[in-house]
Amino acid sequence: MLNHYPWWKNLLVTLVVAIGFVYALPNLYGEDPAVQVSATRGAEVQASDLDTIRNVLDENSIEYRSVAFEDSLLLVRLRNESDQLPVRDLLAESLGNDYVVALNLAAATPGWLEALGAGPLKLGLDLRGGVHFLMEIDMDAAMEKTMEGMVQDFRSVLREEKIRYSGVRIQGDKVVIRFRNEEALKQAERFLTRTYRDYEIVESSVADTLRLDVSMTEEFLKQTRDYAVQQNITILRNRVNELGVAEPLVQRQGAERIVVQLPGVQDTARAKEILGATATLEFRQVDNNADPRDALQGRVPVGSQLARRADGSPVVLRNQVILTGDHIVGAQSGFDEYSRPQVNISLDAQGGTKMANFTRDAIGEPMATLFIEYKPTGEEDENGRAILERHEEVINVATIQARLGRSFRITGIDSPAEAQNLALLLRAGALIAPIQIVEERTVGPSLGQENIDKGFMAIVGGLIALLIFMPLYYRKFGLVANIALVANVGVIIGVMSMIPGATLTLPGMAGIVLTVGMAVDANVLIFERIREELNEGRSPQQAIHYGYSNALSTISDANITTLITAFILFAIGTGAIKGFAVTLMIGIATSMFTAIVGTRVVVNLVWGGKRIDKLSI
Amino acid sequence: MFYIFRPKGVVPFMAHRKLFIGLSVVLMLASIATLAINKINWGLDFTGGTVIEAEFSQPADLNQVREVMTEEGFPDIVAQYFGSQRQVMLRLMPREGVETTHIGDQVIEILQEQIDPQVEMRRIEFVGPAVGQELAEQGGLAIIAALGCILLYVALRFEWRMAVGAVLALAHDVIATLGLFSLLQLEFDLTVVAALLTVVGYSLNDTIVVSDRIRENFRKLRKGDAEEVIDTSLTQTFNRTIVTSLTTLLVLTSLFLLGGDMIHNFAIALLFGVLVGTHSSIYVASTLALALGIKKEDFMPKEIEKEGADQEPLI
Repeated sequence: MLNHYPWWKNLLVTLVVAIGFVYALPNLYGEDPAVQVSATRGAEVQASDLDTIRNVLDENSIEYRSVAFEDSLLLVRLRNESDQLPVRDLLAESLGNDYVVALNLAAATPGWLEALGAGPLKLGLDLRGGVHFLMEIDMDAAMEKTMEGMVQDFRSVLREEKIRYSGVRIQGDKVVIRFRNEEALKQAERFLTRTYRDYEIVESSVADTLRLDVSMTEEFLKQTRDYAVQQNITILRNRVNELGVAEPLVQRQGAERIVVQLPGVQDTARAKEILGATATLEFRQVDNNADPRDALQGRVPVGSQLARRADGSPVVLRNQVILTGDHIVGAQSGFDEYSRPQVNISLDAQGGTKMANFTRDAIGEPMATLFIEYKPTGEEDENGRAILERHEEVINVATIQARLGRSFRITGIDSPAEAQNLALLLRAGALIAPIQIVEERTVGPSLGQENIDKGFMAIVGGLIALLIFMPLYYRKFGLVANIALVANVGVIIGVMSMIPGATLTLPGMAGIVLTVGMAVDANVLIFERIREELNEGRSPQQAIHYGYSNALSTISDANITTLITAFILFAIGTGAIKGFAVTLMIGIATSMFTAIVGTRVVVNLVWGGKRIDKLSI
Repeated sequence: MFYIFRPKGVVPFMAHRKLFIGLSVVLMLASIATLAINKINWGLDFTGGTVIEAEFSQPADLNQVREVMTEEGFPDIVAQYFGSQRQVMLRLMPREGVETTHIGDQVIEILQEQIDPQVEMRRIEFVGPAVGQELAEQGGLAIIAALGCILLYVALRFEWRMAVGAVLALAHDVIATLGLFSLLQLEFDLTVVAALLTVVGYSLNDTIVVSDRIRENFRKLRKGDAEEVIDTSLTQTFNRTIVTSLTTLLVLTSLFLLGGDMIHNFAIALLFGVLVGTHSSIYVASTLALALGIKKEDFMPKEIEKEGADQEPLI
C-alpha cells in the first residue's frame, strides 16, 4: 500500500521525539541559588561537615532546601537568593581556612529526570557571565632558561672531571663547547654522551677551532615543553580553586596555551593578579632544638622562623636557605624498591654541589621543603603596582639519609597522589616558564542575562513567523510542517542537553534560529514537489509518494554541503564559533529527521491509504 | 493551491540573463571598489586591542567620555553608543610595550571615578596582537577550506561546468557581502566569518537544487536546447527558491530585530548574503554553465543512474 508506515516505524519516530523532549525538560526547571564548599589543597570535605553546616544554618535560622554531596562537591541549596551572600560568609567563617566557599547556581532538575541522566543545557560564558582567559606560556624564555642551565652544568661537570675547555656558550638553539686540544674534546665527548641521554652531542670543529655542539633531542624538547604546560596547568588549577569559583575550567589548548574559564567572576583584576602570582621553593633545615609548641607561643629561637604545614601544624625552620627551587631541574613521582611512593629530584650541577656540601654534615637531620607564593593583597602601592603578600607552606619534611648529590629522592610519602602532588609542586618551584594573558573576554552578569533573553526572543520570534507562514501557504500540509518544526526545536534542545561537551552560546542560539529556518526548507522542497506531481496529473497518493522520494536526493545534497561548512567551522573556530557549529550540526541532523521522516509519519497517518481526490497543499 | 508565482508555461529566464548578469557585474565591481577604497573595518578579533562596553546610569555624553579618557592617557580611544545612549562601547588599539591586560579594568575604574560612579561593566574583551593575527589567518583559512571542500564535493557530484558555475556563484555572494560590510563600515569579526560560511552553505544549497533539476531535465526532456532546458528547470524550482528564501529571511529578520546588538552584524551578513545568494543561484550559476557551453550530451553518455534509483525508497 502506498503511503503506509509499519507500526514500528511510527513508534520509533514517536519515541525519538519523546526522548528528545524528556531530555529538554530540565531546562524548564530553572536553578536553585546555592553555596558550594570544597576543600583546599590536601584536605577533604568530610561527611561530618554536613552536620556542621546544617547546625550553622539552623542557628542562624536560614531556610535551605538541602545540604548534600553532589558530584563530589558539597552543595547547600537555599530557598532565597538573598541568603546566598550571608550564607557564604557564615560558612567561610565557621569552616575556616581549609575550605573554599563559593556561590553557585545548582540546576533544580527533579530527581526522576536526574535519574535518567538528564540535566539542563550548559551555558557558555557569553550567556552566563564570567571571564575567559587565554594564557600563553613563554616557551622562548623557558628554553633560554633551560639552555642557561645547560651552560652552567657543562662548566662545572667538565671542571669536576678535569677536562680542560676554553669556553661554553649559547649559540642559537645549541650550546657550544670549545676546546684547546683534540684529546680534551674526545674525552669530553665520551663523558657527555655517557652522562646526558637527552642531549645530542655532535663534533663540529672547523679548521683549528675544536668544538662540540650540544643540542636537546626532539623528544627532550617536546618533553620540556609539555612539562612547562603541565606545570602551569597544575599551578593555575590550585590558584583557581582558591578563588572559590563554581565550575571553573583550566584546560590545555594547542601546544603552548591554556584556557581558563571562570563563570560568574566579575572582579577580573583580582582574578588576573591571583592567577599571575609567582611561586618559588626553598629547601631548609628543620631546627631540632626548638620546640614547635614554644614557637607557637612566640618563642622562636634567633636565626629560625615558624612555618606551617598545609594542615596547620607548626614546624620551626632555620632561616638559612640550603637551596632555592630554581636549581631543580626535574621532579618525578614514582615508587621505591618496596613499592612505596617516592619523589625523585634532580638538580643542576651548582645545586648538586650546594646540596652535597650541606648534607655532608647533616646526615640524620630533617630537611623541610617550603613552598612560597607571592600573592597580591588586592591593594596597590603609590606606583600602582600590586602589593604582594608572601605565603609560605611546608609541603614536606624528610630525614637526610646520606650525603646527597645532583639527584636524590624523598621517601616516606603517604600516598601516590601525594607524591604526584609534591613532584608537581617541586617542579613549580622551578617555574621554568612564565605565562602571559593573550586574550580575555569578560561578560558582566546583566549582559549575560540579556543575551539569553534576546536569543530566546529571536528563536521564539522566528518560530512564530514560520508557524504562521507555513499553514498560510501550504494549508494542512503546512500544519504538518509546523508539528515537525516544534518537534525539531524540542529535539535540538534535548540533544544539546544530552551531549556532555555541548555548550550553548549566543551564536549557538543564532544557529538554532537558522536551523529552524532551514528545517522548513526540506518541507518546502517536498511540498513543492508534491504540487508538481499533482500538476502533472498524478493521483494524490502517488503525488505524495513521488514527492517525498524525488525530493530526497536534493534535500540530502543541500544538507551535506551545510554540514561540510559546519564541520569546517567546528574544526577551525574557537569558543563561540564552535558553539554555533555544534548547534548547526545537531540542527541539520535533527531537522532532516523531523522534516523528512517526522512529517511523513503524520502525512501517512492523515492521508495514507485513503481514497482522496484533493490534497490541501 | 496558493502560489506566489504561477507562470503560464516556461518563463524565459535566460533571455534576460544579460540584464541580471550585468547587475552582478556591477555589484562585483562596486564591491571590489569599496573594498579597495574603504577597506574592511576589522573587528577586535583580528586587530587585537581592547573593547570595553559600559552601561551608565543615565545617557552618557560621548565628548565628556573622550575628554576624560584623553586626560587619563588614552587619547586614541574610540567611543560610541552601543544599542542605547546609556551603553557606550570604547575601543583601544593594541599598544606596544604597555602591560595591556589591565587596561580594561583601568578604563572602567576611570569612568567610575570621574564620570558616573554607577557605571557598570558589561563586557571587556582583550585580544593580544599575536592572537589577532592567528584568528585572522584561521578565519581566512576557514573560508578557503570551505570553498575548497565544496568545490570538491560539487565537482564529484556534478558536471564540471555546473561546478564552476556553482563555486563562482558562491564567490560572488561572499564578495558582495564583504562589499556591503566595507561600504557601511560594519565591524567584521569572527561571527561574521561564521555568517559568511553559512551564506556559502545556504547559497550552495539553493544552487544545488537548481542544478539538480537542470541535470534531471537534460536527461528527461528529449527536445529543446540547453537554454530551454535551463529555463524549464528554473521555472520549476522558482517557487521553492522564493519560498525558502522567504522563510529564511523571516527567521533572520527575527534574529536581526530581537537578537540584540551582539549578533547584529552576524544577522546583517546573513540577511544580505541570503538575498544575494538567491539571485546568484538563479542567474549566476546557470548563466555561467550556459556560457561554458553546457549541452545535453554532457549528461547523457555516461549512463549515470540517479543515486538510489534501483533501491526501494527509504520512505
